[in-house]
Amino acid sequence: MTINLYAIRAIYQFEMARTWRTLLQSIASPVISTSLYFVVFGSAIGSRMVEIDGISYGAFIVPGLIMLSLLTESISNASFGIHMPKFTGTIYEVLSAPVSPLEIVTGFVGAAASKSIILGILILATARLFVPFEIVHPLWMLAFLVLTALTFSLFGFIIGVWADGFDKLQIIPAMIITPLTFLGGSFYSINMLPPLWQQITLFNPVVYLISGFRWAFYGVSDVSVGISLAMTLAFLLVCLLGVWWIFKTGYRLKS
Amino acid sequence: MNNGQYLKSDPSLDRPFNHGQWPTSAQGGHMQPVISVRHLDKAYTSGHQALKDINLEIRRGEIFALLGPNGAGKTTLISIICGIVSPTGGEVMVDGHNILSDYRAARAQIGLVPQELFTNTFESVWATVAFSRGLFGKPKNPAYLEQVLRSLSLWDKKDAKIMALSGGMKRRVLIAKALAHEPNILFLDEPTAGVDVDLRRDMWELVRRLREQGVTIILTTHYIEEAEEMADRVGVISKGELILVEDKATLMNKLGKKQLKLQLQTPLSELPGGLTAFQLELCDNGHQLVYTYDTHAEQTGIAELLRALSGHQIDFKDLQSSQSSLEEIFVNLVREKA
Repeated sequence: MTINLYAIRAIYQFEMARTWRTLLQSIASPVISTSLYFVVFGSAIGSRMVEIDGISYGAFIVPGLIMLSLLTESISNASFGIHMPKFTGTIYEVLSAPVSPLEIVTGFVGAAASKSIILGILILATARLFVPFEIVHPLWMLAFLVLTALTFSLFGFIIGVWADGFDKLQIIPAMIITPLTFLGGSFYSINMLPPLWQQITLFNPVVYLISGFRWAFYGVSDVSVGISLAMTLAFLLVCLLGVWWIFKTGYRLKS
Repeated sequence: MNNGQYLKSDPSLDRPFNHGQWPTSAQGGHMQPVISVRHLDKAYTSGHQALKDINLEIRRGEIFALLGPNGAGKTTLISIICGIVSPTGGEVMVDGHNILSDYRAARAQIGLVPQELFTNTFESVWATVAFSRGLFGKPKNPAYLEQVLRSLSLWDKKDAKIMALSGGMKRRVLIAKALAHEPNILFLDEPTAGVDVDLRRDMWELVRRLREQGVTIILTTHYIEEAEEMADRVGVISKGELILVEDKATLMNKLGKKQLKLQLQTPLSELPGGLTAFQLELCDNGHQLVYTYDTHAEQTGIAELLRALSGHQIDFKDLQSSQSSLEEIFVNLVREKA
Protein backbone atom coordinates (compact mmCIF):
# COMPACT_ATOMS: atom_id res chain seq x y z
CA MET A 1 0.00 0.00 0.00
CA THR A 2 1.41 3.37 -0.98
CA ILE A 3 1.09 6.32 1.32
CA ASN A 4 0.74 9.86 -0.01
CA LEU A 5 3.35 11.36 2.28
CA TYR A 6 3.41 14.57 0.28
CA ALA A 7 -0.27 15.07 1.04
CA ILE A 8 0.17 14.40 4.75
CA ARG A 9 3.03 16.87 4.84
CA ALA A 10 1.07 19.44 2.83
CA ILE A 11 -1.93 19.30 5.18
CA TYR A 12 0.28 19.24 8.27
CA GLN A 13 2.40 22.20 7.17
CA PHE A 14 -0.65 24.13 6.02
CA GLU A 15 -2.26 23.70 9.43
CA MET A 16 0.92 24.48 11.35
CA ALA A 17 1.40 27.61 9.23
CA ARG A 18 -1.90 28.85 10.62
CA THR A 19 -0.52 28.41 14.14
CA TRP A 20 2.59 30.42 13.42
CA ARG A 21 0.50 33.04 11.67
CA THR A 22 -1.75 33.41 14.71
CA LEU A 23 0.89 32.90 17.35
CA LEU A 24 -0.70 35.21 19.90
CA GLN A 25 -4.08 33.53 19.69
CA SER A 26 -2.85 29.95 19.25
CA ILE A 27 -0.02 29.77 21.76
CA ALA A 28 0.53 32.94 23.77
CA SER A 29 -3.07 33.42 24.86
CA PRO A 30 -3.63 29.96 26.43
CA VAL A 31 -0.17 29.99 28.00
CA ILE A 32 -0.81 33.36 29.63
CA SER A 33 -4.32 32.53 30.83
CA THR A 34 -3.21 29.20 32.32
CA SER A 35 -0.19 30.84 33.92
CA LEU A 36 -2.53 33.15 35.81
CA TYR A 37 -3.78 30.10 37.73
CA PHE A 38 -0.23 29.33 38.78
CA VAL A 39 0.35 32.92 39.83
CA VAL A 40 -2.87 33.04 41.87
CA PHE A 41 -3.07 29.49 43.27
CA GLY A 42 0.64 28.75 43.25
CA SER A 43 2.49 31.84 44.28
CA ALA A 44 -0.19 34.13 45.76
CA ILE A 45 -2.57 31.99 47.84
CA GLY A 46 -1.05 28.55 47.32
CA SER A 47 1.16 28.91 50.38
CA ARG A 48 -1.95 29.33 52.55
CA MET A 49 -3.57 26.15 51.20
CA VAL A 50 -3.01 22.76 52.79
CA GLU A 51 -0.95 20.15 51.01
CA ILE A 52 -2.80 17.36 49.18
CA ASP A 53 -1.25 13.86 49.26
CA GLY A 54 1.93 15.51 50.48
CA ILE A 55 2.10 17.84 47.49
CA SER A 56 1.98 21.63 47.77
CA TYR A 57 -1.27 23.01 46.39
CA GLY A 58 0.45 25.03 43.68
CA ALA A 59 2.24 21.92 42.39
CA PHE A 60 -0.88 19.75 42.81
CA ILE A 61 -2.90 21.76 40.30
CA VAL A 62 -0.20 21.79 37.60
CA PRO A 63 -1.15 18.47 35.91
CA GLY A 64 -4.86 19.29 36.00
CA LEU A 65 -4.39 22.72 34.49
CA ILE A 66 -2.10 21.42 31.77
CA MET A 67 -4.72 18.77 31.05
CA LEU A 68 -7.44 21.45 30.90
CA SER A 69 -5.49 23.37 28.24
CA LEU A 70 -4.55 20.20 26.43
CA LEU A 71 -8.16 19.02 26.14
CA THR A 72 -9.71 22.31 25.15
CA GLU A 73 -6.94 23.30 22.75
CA SER A 74 -6.79 19.87 21.09
CA ILE A 75 -10.50 19.98 20.43
CA SER A 76 -10.41 23.59 19.38
CA ASN A 77 -7.42 23.19 17.03
CA ALA A 78 -8.68 20.07 15.30
CA SER A 79 -12.30 21.15 15.04
CA PHE A 80 -11.34 24.51 13.57
CA GLY A 81 -8.82 22.88 11.24
CA ILE A 82 -11.40 20.71 9.47
CA HIS A 83 -14.38 23.02 9.93
CA MET A 84 -12.70 26.00 8.26
CA PRO A 85 -12.31 24.30 4.83
CA LYS A 86 -15.85 23.00 5.16
CA PHE A 87 -17.06 26.51 5.89
CA THR A 88 -15.08 28.19 3.11
CA GLY A 89 -15.70 25.38 0.63
CA THR A 90 -12.01 24.61 0.12
CA ILE A 91 -12.69 21.08 1.39
CA TYR A 92 -13.46 20.25 -2.26
CA GLU A 93 -9.75 20.05 -2.90
CA VAL A 94 -9.06 17.58 -0.11
CA LEU A 95 -11.99 15.42 -1.16
CA SER A 96 -10.90 15.38 -4.80
CA ALA A 97 -7.24 14.67 -4.06
CA PRO A 98 -5.67 11.21 -4.20
CA VAL A 99 -5.55 10.95 -0.42
CA SER A 100 -6.95 8.29 1.87
CA PRO A 101 -9.03 9.09 4.95
CA LEU A 102 -6.09 7.96 7.08
CA GLU A 103 -3.80 10.47 5.37
CA ILE A 104 -6.33 13.29 5.76
CA VAL A 105 -6.77 12.53 9.46
CA THR A 106 -3.04 12.15 10.01
CA GLY A 107 -2.44 15.58 8.51
CA PHE A 108 -5.20 17.46 10.31
CA VAL A 109 -5.10 15.62 13.63
CA GLY A 110 -1.31 15.41 13.63
CA ALA A 111 -1.05 19.18 13.31
CA ALA A 112 -3.71 19.82 15.96
CA ALA A 113 -2.04 17.40 18.38
CA SER A 114 1.38 18.91 17.68
CA LYS A 115 0.10 22.36 18.57
CA SER A 116 -1.43 21.06 21.79
CA ILE A 117 1.74 19.25 22.77
CA ILE A 118 3.83 22.37 22.14
CA LEU A 119 1.32 24.31 24.20
CA GLY A 120 1.37 21.74 27.00
CA ILE A 121 5.15 21.82 27.20
CA LEU A 122 5.16 25.63 27.20
CA ILE A 123 2.61 25.71 30.03
CA LEU A 124 4.66 23.16 31.92
CA ALA A 125 7.78 25.29 31.54
CA THR A 126 5.88 28.43 32.53
CA ALA A 127 4.39 26.70 35.60
CA ARG A 128 7.88 25.79 36.74
CA LEU A 129 8.69 29.50 36.92
CA PHE A 130 6.01 30.02 39.59
CA VAL A 131 5.72 26.65 41.30
CA PRO A 132 8.51 24.28 42.34
CA PHE A 133 7.87 20.62 41.36
CA GLU A 134 9.65 17.54 40.08
CA ILE A 135 8.37 14.99 37.57
CA VAL A 136 8.68 11.43 38.87
CA HIS A 137 7.87 9.61 35.62
CA PRO A 138 8.83 12.00 32.79
CA LEU A 139 8.38 9.42 30.01
CA TRP A 140 4.92 8.47 31.26
CA MET A 141 4.11 12.17 31.57
CA LEU A 142 5.09 12.60 27.92
CA ALA A 143 3.14 9.48 26.95
CA PHE A 144 -0.05 10.77 28.63
CA LEU A 145 0.52 14.19 27.08
CA VAL A 146 0.83 12.79 23.55
CA LEU A 147 -1.96 10.24 23.98
CA THR A 148 -4.39 12.81 25.35
CA ALA A 149 -3.51 15.40 22.70
CA LEU A 150 -4.02 12.80 19.97
CA THR A 151 -7.27 11.45 21.39
CA PHE A 152 -8.89 14.83 21.90
CA SER A 153 -7.65 16.10 18.56
CA LEU A 154 -9.48 13.16 17.00
CA PHE A 155 -12.50 14.13 19.08
CA GLY A 156 -12.13 17.70 17.84
CA PHE A 157 -11.95 16.47 14.25
CA ILE A 158 -15.29 14.73 14.76
CA ILE A 159 -16.79 17.89 16.24
CA GLY A 160 -15.43 19.95 13.35
CA VAL A 161 -17.11 17.66 10.84
CA TRP A 162 -20.33 17.53 12.85
CA ALA A 163 -20.65 21.28 13.50
CA ASP A 164 -22.66 23.23 10.97
CA GLY A 165 -21.55 26.60 12.33
CA PHE A 166 -18.69 28.17 14.24
CA ASP A 167 -20.86 28.58 17.34
CA LYS A 168 -21.17 24.81 17.65
CA LEU A 169 -17.39 24.44 17.65
CA GLN A 170 -17.34 26.15 21.03
CA ILE A 171 -20.23 24.24 22.58
CA ILE A 172 -18.41 21.02 23.45
CA PRO A 173 -15.21 22.60 24.86
CA ALA A 174 -17.07 25.30 26.78
CA MET A 175 -20.17 23.43 27.92
CA ILE A 176 -18.78 19.94 28.47
CA ILE A 177 -14.99 19.68 28.55
CA THR A 178 -14.24 22.66 30.79
CA PRO A 179 -16.86 21.73 33.44
CA LEU A 180 -15.77 18.09 33.37
CA THR A 181 -12.14 19.15 33.83
CA PHE A 182 -12.92 21.52 36.68
CA LEU A 183 -15.03 18.80 38.35
CA GLY A 184 -12.60 16.05 37.43
CA GLY A 185 -10.00 16.75 40.07
CA SER A 186 -7.98 19.58 38.55
CA PHE A 187 -8.09 21.58 41.77
CA TYR A 188 -8.68 18.84 44.32
CA SER A 189 -8.29 15.14 44.94
CA ILE A 190 -11.55 13.29 44.49
CA ASN A 191 -10.75 11.56 47.81
CA MET A 192 -11.64 14.91 49.40
CA LEU A 193 -15.25 14.55 48.21
CA PRO A 194 -18.07 12.88 50.16
CA PRO A 195 -18.36 9.15 49.27
CA LEU A 196 -21.46 9.59 47.09
CA TRP A 197 -19.81 12.34 45.01
CA GLN A 198 -16.69 10.22 44.73
CA GLN A 199 -18.79 7.52 43.08
CA ILE A 200 -20.53 10.01 40.81
CA THR A 201 -17.23 11.61 39.84
CA LEU A 202 -15.95 8.27 38.59
CA PHE A 203 -18.40 8.62 35.68
CA ASN A 204 -16.44 11.66 34.60
CA PRO A 205 -13.88 10.40 32.04
CA VAL A 206 -11.60 13.39 32.60
CA VAL A 207 -10.94 12.13 36.15
CA TYR A 208 -8.92 9.27 34.69
CA LEU A 209 -6.90 11.55 32.43
CA ILE A 210 -6.00 13.95 35.22
CA SER A 211 -5.33 11.17 37.70
CA GLY A 212 -2.99 9.35 35.33
CA PHE A 213 -1.23 12.55 34.38
CA ARG A 214 -0.80 13.53 38.02
CA TRP A 215 0.59 10.08 38.79
CA ALA A 216 3.25 10.65 36.10
CA PHE A 217 4.19 13.88 37.88
CA TYR A 218 4.10 12.92 41.54
CA GLY A 219 3.51 9.17 41.75
CA VAL A 220 0.11 9.65 43.45
CA SER A 221 -3.28 9.20 41.83
CA ASP A 222 -6.99 9.12 42.60
CA VAL A 223 -7.52 5.96 40.55
CA SER A 224 -5.15 3.23 39.45
CA VAL A 225 -2.80 4.38 36.68
CA GLY A 226 -3.63 1.21 34.73
CA ILE A 227 -7.31 2.20 34.69
CA SER A 228 -6.34 5.73 33.64
CA LEU A 229 -4.34 4.40 30.73
CA ALA A 230 -7.08 1.95 29.76
CA MET A 231 -9.71 4.70 29.81
CA THR A 232 -7.54 6.98 27.67
CA LEU A 233 -6.94 4.20 25.16
CA ALA A 234 -10.64 3.31 25.19
CA PHE A 235 -11.58 6.90 24.36
CA LEU A 236 -8.92 6.94 21.65
CA LEU A 237 -10.52 3.83 20.17
CA VAL A 238 -13.98 5.37 20.30
CA CYS A 239 -12.71 8.47 18.52
CA LEU A 240 -10.94 6.37 15.88
CA LEU A 241 -14.17 4.47 15.28
CA GLY A 242 -16.03 7.77 15.00
CA VAL A 243 -13.62 9.09 12.39
CA TRP A 244 -13.71 5.78 10.51
CA TRP A 245 -17.51 5.97 10.42
CA ILE A 246 -17.41 9.57 9.13
CA PHE A 247 -15.26 8.59 6.17
CA LYS A 248 -17.15 5.38 5.54
CA THR A 249 -20.48 7.15 5.35
CA GLY A 250 -19.22 10.53 4.14
CA TYR A 251 -21.15 12.09 7.04
CA ARG A 252 -21.30 15.86 6.47
CA LEU A 253 -18.30 15.65 4.18
CA LYS A 254 -19.74 14.08 1.05
CA SER A 255 -23.28 14.23 -0.18
CA MET B 1 -1.96 36.63 -19.42
CA ASN B 2 1.44 35.59 -20.58
CA ASN B 3 0.67 34.68 -24.13
CA GLY B 4 2.89 32.58 -26.23
CA GLN B 5 4.86 30.16 -24.21
CA TYR B 6 2.64 28.54 -21.71
CA LEU B 7 4.72 26.38 -19.40
CA LYS B 8 7.24 25.77 -22.11
CA SER B 9 9.96 28.29 -21.50
CA ASP B 10 12.11 25.98 -19.40
CA PRO B 11 13.25 23.03 -21.53
CA SER B 12 13.53 20.86 -18.46
CA LEU B 13 9.85 21.44 -17.95
CA ASP B 14 8.86 20.67 -21.48
CA ARG B 15 5.57 18.81 -21.69
CA PRO B 16 4.69 19.53 -18.11
CA PHE B 17 1.53 17.50 -18.20
CA ASN B 18 3.28 14.38 -19.36
CA HIS B 19 2.11 11.31 -17.51
CA GLY B 20 3.46 8.48 -19.56
CA GLN B 21 1.82 8.30 -22.93
CA TRP B 22 1.32 11.61 -24.56
CA PRO B 23 -2.25 11.95 -25.72
CA THR B 24 -3.12 13.00 -29.19
CA SER B 25 -5.52 15.78 -29.88
CA ALA B 26 -9.18 15.27 -30.50
CA GLN B 27 -8.79 16.18 -34.13
CA GLY B 28 -5.96 13.85 -34.82
CA GLY B 29 -6.68 11.20 -32.60
CA HIS B 30 -7.44 7.85 -31.37
CA MET B 31 -10.80 7.57 -29.75
CA GLN B 32 -10.07 5.64 -26.56
CA PRO B 33 -12.05 7.47 -23.90
CA VAL B 34 -10.11 9.07 -21.09
CA ILE B 35 -13.29 9.20 -19.01
CA SER B 36 -16.01 6.62 -19.24
CA VAL B 37 -19.29 7.07 -17.39
CA ARG B 38 -21.72 4.16 -17.42
CA HIS B 39 -25.26 4.09 -16.08
CA LEU B 40 -24.44 6.72 -13.50
CA ASP B 41 -27.18 7.58 -11.01
CA LYS B 42 -27.25 10.02 -8.17
CA ALA B 43 -30.12 10.40 -5.75
CA TYR B 44 -29.66 12.68 -2.75
CA THR B 45 -31.00 11.70 0.64
CA SER B 46 -33.70 14.32 0.16
CA GLY B 47 -35.01 12.07 -2.61
CA HIS B 48 -33.96 14.41 -5.40
CA GLN B 49 -32.75 12.42 -8.39
CA ALA B 50 -29.87 14.57 -9.61
CA LEU B 51 -28.58 12.21 -12.30
CA LYS B 52 -30.41 9.49 -14.18
CA ASP B 53 -28.57 6.76 -16.05
CA ILE B 54 -25.83 8.95 -17.45
CA ASN B 55 -23.66 7.34 -20.13
CA LEU B 56 -20.81 9.41 -21.45
CA GLU B 57 -17.37 8.98 -22.90
CA ILE B 58 -14.86 11.80 -23.00
CA ARG B 59 -12.17 11.46 -25.65
CA ARG B 60 -8.55 11.96 -24.83
CA GLY B 61 -7.35 15.43 -25.66
CA GLU B 62 -10.70 16.95 -26.54
CA ILE B 63 -12.51 19.96 -25.19
CA PHE B 64 -15.93 18.83 -24.10
CA ALA B 65 -18.58 21.36 -23.17
CA LEU B 66 -21.36 20.29 -20.87
CA LEU B 67 -24.35 22.53 -21.22
CA GLY B 68 -27.48 22.67 -19.21
CA PRO B 69 -29.73 24.99 -17.27
CA ASN B 70 -29.29 25.62 -13.55
CA GLY B 71 -29.88 22.51 -11.49
CA ALA B 72 -29.59 20.22 -14.50
CA GLY B 73 -26.88 18.10 -12.84
CA LYS B 74 -23.71 19.43 -14.45
CA THR B 75 -21.87 20.12 -11.21
CA THR B 76 -23.12 16.88 -9.66
CA LEU B 77 -21.70 14.92 -12.58
CA ILE B 78 -18.34 16.67 -12.30
CA SER B 79 -18.32 16.29 -8.54
CA ILE B 80 -18.87 12.55 -8.80
CA ILE B 81 -16.07 12.08 -11.32
CA CYS B 82 -13.74 14.13 -9.10
CA GLY B 83 -14.66 12.25 -5.92
CA ILE B 84 -16.48 15.02 -4.07
CA VAL B 85 -19.94 13.46 -4.32
CA SER B 86 -20.71 9.76 -3.99
CA PRO B 87 -22.68 8.09 -6.78
CA THR B 88 -25.68 5.93 -5.94
CA GLY B 89 -25.28 3.72 -9.00
CA GLY B 90 -23.21 3.11 -12.08
CA GLU B 91 -19.52 3.26 -12.78
CA VAL B 92 -16.96 5.89 -13.69
CA MET B 93 -13.52 5.09 -15.08
CA VAL B 94 -10.80 7.70 -15.42
CA ASP B 95 -8.00 6.63 -17.73
CA GLY B 96 -8.89 3.03 -16.96
CA HIS B 97 -9.08 3.53 -13.20
CA ASN B 98 -12.31 3.09 -11.28
CA ILE B 99 -13.01 6.27 -9.31
CA LEU B 100 -14.03 4.30 -6.22
CA SER B 101 -11.82 1.22 -6.07
CA ASP B 102 -8.77 2.89 -7.62
CA TYR B 103 -9.41 6.45 -6.57
CA ARG B 104 -5.78 7.42 -6.10
CA ALA B 105 -4.80 6.74 -9.69
CA ALA B 106 -8.05 8.23 -10.99
CA ARG B 107 -7.91 11.45 -8.99
CA ALA B 108 -4.20 12.01 -9.66
CA GLN B 109 -5.13 12.59 -13.32
CA ILE B 110 -7.66 15.29 -12.60
CA GLY B 111 -7.52 18.99 -11.87
CA LEU B 112 -10.70 20.77 -10.87
CA VAL B 113 -11.57 24.44 -11.03
CA PRO B 114 -14.79 24.78 -9.05
CA GLN B 115 -17.61 27.09 -9.91
CA GLU B 116 -17.51 28.99 -6.63
CA LEU B 117 -14.49 31.02 -5.56
CA PHE B 118 -13.42 28.63 -2.80
CA THR B 119 -10.13 30.03 -1.54
CA ASN B 120 -7.99 30.02 1.56
CA THR B 121 -8.52 33.68 2.26
CA PHE B 122 -5.63 34.18 4.66
CA GLU B 123 -3.01 32.27 2.67
CA SER B 124 -0.61 33.62 0.10
CA VAL B 125 -0.98 32.64 -3.53
CA TRP B 126 2.26 30.69 -3.44
CA ALA B 127 1.36 28.79 -0.27
CA THR B 128 -2.02 27.71 -1.55
CA VAL B 129 -0.67 26.57 -4.92
CA ALA B 130 2.21 24.68 -3.26
CA PHE B 131 -0.36 23.08 -0.95
CA SER B 132 -2.35 21.82 -3.91
CA ARG B 133 0.71 20.24 -5.49
CA GLY B 134 1.61 18.42 -2.27
CA LEU B 135 -1.95 17.32 -1.69
CA PHE B 136 -1.94 15.55 -5.03
CA GLY B 137 1.19 13.66 -4.10
CA LYS B 138 3.73 15.62 -6.11
CA PRO B 139 7.17 16.60 -4.80
CA LYS B 140 8.01 20.29 -4.58
CA ASN B 141 8.83 21.92 -7.89
CA PRO B 142 9.16 25.68 -7.49
CA ALA B 143 10.25 26.13 -11.11
CA TYR B 144 7.08 24.50 -12.41
CA LEU B 145 4.84 26.45 -10.05
CA GLU B 146 6.57 29.64 -11.10
CA GLN B 147 5.73 28.86 -14.71
CA VAL B 148 2.12 28.16 -13.86
CA LEU B 149 1.83 31.44 -11.97
CA ARG B 150 3.59 33.38 -14.70
CA SER B 151 1.33 31.89 -17.35
CA LEU B 152 -1.67 33.09 -15.37
CA SER B 153 -0.18 36.52 -14.71
CA LEU B 154 -0.05 35.70 -11.03
CA TRP B 155 3.68 35.73 -10.46
CA ASP B 156 3.69 39.33 -9.23
CA LYS B 157 1.02 38.36 -6.73
CA LYS B 158 2.67 35.22 -5.42
CA ASP B 159 3.22 36.64 -1.95
CA ALA B 160 -0.11 38.45 -1.79
CA LYS B 161 -2.81 37.21 0.53
CA ILE B 162 -5.69 35.78 -1.45
CA MET B 163 -8.17 38.03 0.33
CA ALA B 164 -6.40 41.01 -1.24
CA LEU B 165 -7.05 39.77 -4.77
CA SER B 166 -9.88 40.69 -7.10
CA GLY B 167 -12.48 38.15 -8.13
CA GLY B 168 -10.79 37.62 -11.47
CA MET B 169 -7.43 37.04 -9.81
CA LYS B 170 -8.99 34.57 -7.38
CA ARG B 171 -10.37 32.69 -10.37
CA ARG B 172 -6.83 32.51 -11.77
CA VAL B 173 -5.57 31.23 -8.43
CA LEU B 174 -8.10 28.42 -8.60
CA ILE B 175 -6.87 27.53 -12.06
CA ALA B 176 -3.26 27.61 -10.84
CA LYS B 177 -4.19 25.27 -7.99
CA ALA B 178 -5.87 22.89 -10.42
CA LEU B 179 -2.80 22.89 -12.65
CA ALA B 180 -0.29 22.63 -9.79
CA HIS B 181 -0.09 18.84 -9.96
CA GLU B 182 0.20 18.63 -13.75
CA PRO B 183 -3.16 16.99 -14.47
CA ASN B 184 -4.04 15.20 -17.70
CA ILE B 185 -7.69 16.11 -17.33
CA LEU B 186 -8.99 19.51 -16.34
CA PHE B 187 -12.53 20.21 -15.21
CA LEU B 188 -13.63 23.80 -15.47
CA ASP B 189 -16.97 24.32 -13.80
CA GLU B 190 -18.35 27.60 -15.09
CA PRO B 191 -14.82 29.01 -15.46
CA THR B 192 -15.84 32.41 -16.72
CA ALA B 193 -18.86 33.04 -14.54
CA GLY B 194 -18.71 36.60 -13.30
CA VAL B 195 -15.43 37.50 -14.98
CA ASP B 196 -14.91 40.36 -17.37
CA VAL B 197 -14.61 39.98 -21.11
CA ASP B 198 -10.81 40.30 -21.15
CA LEU B 199 -10.31 37.59 -18.60
CA ARG B 200 -12.80 35.39 -20.40
CA ARG B 201 -10.79 35.71 -23.59
CA ASP B 202 -7.59 35.02 -21.65
CA MET B 203 -9.11 31.87 -20.23
CA TRP B 204 -10.21 30.67 -23.62
CA GLU B 205 -6.66 31.18 -24.78
CA LEU B 206 -5.34 29.27 -21.79
CA VAL B 207 -7.72 26.41 -22.44
CA ARG B 208 -6.56 26.19 -26.04
CA ARG B 209 -2.93 26.13 -25.00
CA LEU B 210 -3.62 23.40 -22.47
CA ARG B 211 -5.38 21.36 -25.11
CA GLU B 212 -2.43 21.80 -27.43
CA GLN B 213 -0.34 20.22 -24.71
CA GLY B 214 -2.63 17.24 -24.58
CA VAL B 215 -4.81 18.07 -21.61
CA THR B 216 -8.39 16.88 -21.89
CA ILE B 217 -10.75 19.65 -20.88
CA ILE B 218 -14.31 19.35 -19.70
CA LEU B 219 -16.10 22.58 -19.09
CA THR B 220 -19.54 23.48 -18.00
CA THR B 221 -20.83 26.83 -18.96
CA HIS B 222 -23.85 29.03 -19.19
CA TYR B 223 -22.18 30.99 -21.94
CA ILE B 224 -23.08 29.14 -25.07
CA GLU B 225 -20.65 31.30 -27.01
CA GLU B 226 -17.94 29.74 -24.86
CA ALA B 227 -18.87 26.25 -26.00
CA GLU B 228 -19.34 27.45 -29.53
CA GLU B 229 -15.94 29.09 -29.48
CA MET B 230 -13.93 26.29 -27.96
CA ALA B 231 -15.58 22.90 -27.70
CA ASP B 232 -14.94 19.92 -29.93
CA ARG B 233 -18.03 18.18 -28.64
CA VAL B 234 -21.06 19.27 -26.71
CA GLY B 235 -23.20 17.44 -24.21
CA VAL B 236 -26.54 18.75 -23.10
CA ILE B 237 -27.89 17.75 -19.73
CA SER B 238 -31.37 18.54 -18.54
CA LYS B 239 -33.15 17.41 -15.40
CA GLY B 240 -30.41 14.91 -14.65
CA GLU B 241 -30.50 13.28 -18.05
CA LEU B 242 -27.91 13.55 -20.77
CA ILE B 243 -30.15 14.34 -23.68
CA LEU B 244 -27.52 14.79 -26.33
CA VAL B 245 -23.82 14.32 -27.02
CA GLU B 246 -22.59 15.45 -30.38
CA ASP B 247 -19.66 16.97 -32.24
CA LYS B 248 -20.24 20.67 -32.10
CA ALA B 249 -19.99 21.12 -35.84
CA THR B 250 -22.29 18.18 -36.52
CA LEU B 251 -24.75 19.46 -33.99
CA MET B 252 -24.87 22.88 -35.49
CA ASN B 253 -25.13 21.38 -38.91
CA LYS B 254 -27.82 18.95 -37.94
CA LEU B 255 -29.95 21.17 -35.82
CA GLY B 256 -28.93 24.57 -37.05
CA LYS B 257 -31.55 26.37 -39.03
CA LYS B 258 -30.79 29.14 -41.39
CA GLN B 259 -32.95 32.18 -41.76
CA LEU B 260 -33.31 34.71 -44.52
CA LYS B 261 -34.58 38.09 -43.37
CA LEU B 262 -36.02 40.46 -45.91
CA GLN B 263 -36.63 44.15 -45.13
CA LEU B 264 -39.68 45.10 -47.14
CA GLN B 265 -40.11 48.35 -49.04
CA THR B 266 -43.75 48.51 -48.11
CA PRO B 267 -45.12 46.86 -44.97
CA LEU B 268 -47.59 44.01 -45.32
CA SER B 269 -50.67 43.57 -43.16
CA GLU B 270 -50.78 39.85 -43.91
CA LEU B 271 -49.08 37.26 -46.07
CA PRO B 272 -50.53 36.87 -49.53
CA GLY B 273 -52.19 33.49 -50.04
CA GLY B 274 -49.66 32.42 -52.65
CA LEU B 275 -46.82 32.56 -50.13
CA THR B 276 -48.26 30.25 -47.49
CA ALA B 277 -46.37 27.30 -48.98
CA PHE B 278 -43.14 28.85 -47.69
CA GLN B 279 -42.14 28.80 -44.04
CA LEU B 280 -42.52 32.53 -43.67
CA GLU B 281 -43.13 34.77 -40.73
CA LEU B 282 -44.15 38.38 -40.83
CA CYS B 283 -42.30 40.44 -38.24
CA ASP B 284 -41.59 44.02 -37.23
CA ASN B 285 -45.15 45.25 -37.88
CA GLY B 286 -45.10 43.87 -41.38
CA HIS B 287 -41.75 45.44 -42.30
CA GLN B 288 -39.80 42.18 -42.22
CA LEU B 289 -40.28 38.74 -43.71
CA VAL B 290 -38.37 35.90 -42.09
CA TYR B 291 -37.89 32.72 -44.09
CA THR B 292 -36.60 29.66 -42.22
CA TYR B 293 -35.07 26.87 -44.26
CA ASP B 294 -33.11 23.68 -43.89
CA THR B 295 -29.49 24.04 -44.89
CA HIS B 296 -29.29 20.35 -45.79
CA ALA B 297 -32.33 20.20 -48.00
CA GLU B 298 -31.71 19.62 -51.68
CA GLN B 299 -33.37 22.91 -52.47
CA THR B 300 -33.30 25.76 -49.99
CA GLY B 301 -36.30 27.29 -51.71
CA ILE B 302 -34.76 30.74 -51.77
CA ALA B 303 -34.93 31.11 -55.52
CA GLU B 304 -38.59 30.06 -55.57
CA LEU B 305 -39.37 32.43 -52.74
CA LEU B 306 -37.75 35.36 -54.47
CA ARG B 307 -39.64 34.56 -57.66
CA ALA B 308 -42.89 34.30 -55.72
CA LEU B 309 -42.26 37.62 -54.02
CA SER B 310 -41.61 39.22 -57.36
CA GLY B 311 -44.82 37.69 -58.67
CA HIS B 312 -46.72 39.31 -55.84
CA GLN B 313 -44.96 42.66 -56.45
CA ILE B 314 -43.40 42.55 -53.03
CA ASP B 315 -40.16 44.51 -53.10
CA PHE B 316 -37.49 44.42 -50.50
CA LYS B 317 -34.72 46.87 -49.77
CA ASP B 318 -32.34 44.61 -47.86
CA LEU B 319 -31.79 40.96 -47.10
CA GLN B 320 -29.70 39.09 -44.57
CA SER B 321 -29.13 35.42 -43.85
CA SER B 322 -28.14 33.97 -40.47
CA GLN B 323 -27.58 30.55 -38.92
CA SER B 324 -29.00 29.64 -35.52
CA SER B 325 -26.42 29.72 -32.77
CA LEU B 326 -25.61 26.94 -30.36
CA GLU B 327 -27.57 28.88 -27.79
CA GLU B 328 -30.73 28.66 -29.85
CA ILE B 329 -30.11 24.97 -30.44
CA PHE B 330 -29.61 24.44 -26.74
CA VAL B 331 -32.71 26.38 -25.75
CA ASN B 332 -34.78 24.43 -28.25
CA LEU B 333 -33.43 21.11 -27.01
CA VAL B 334 -34.13 21.88 -23.39
CA ARG B 335 -37.55 23.25 -24.25
CA GLU B 336 -38.41 20.10 -26.17
CA LYS B 337 -37.31 18.02 -23.19
CA ALA B 338 -39.44 20.06 -20.81
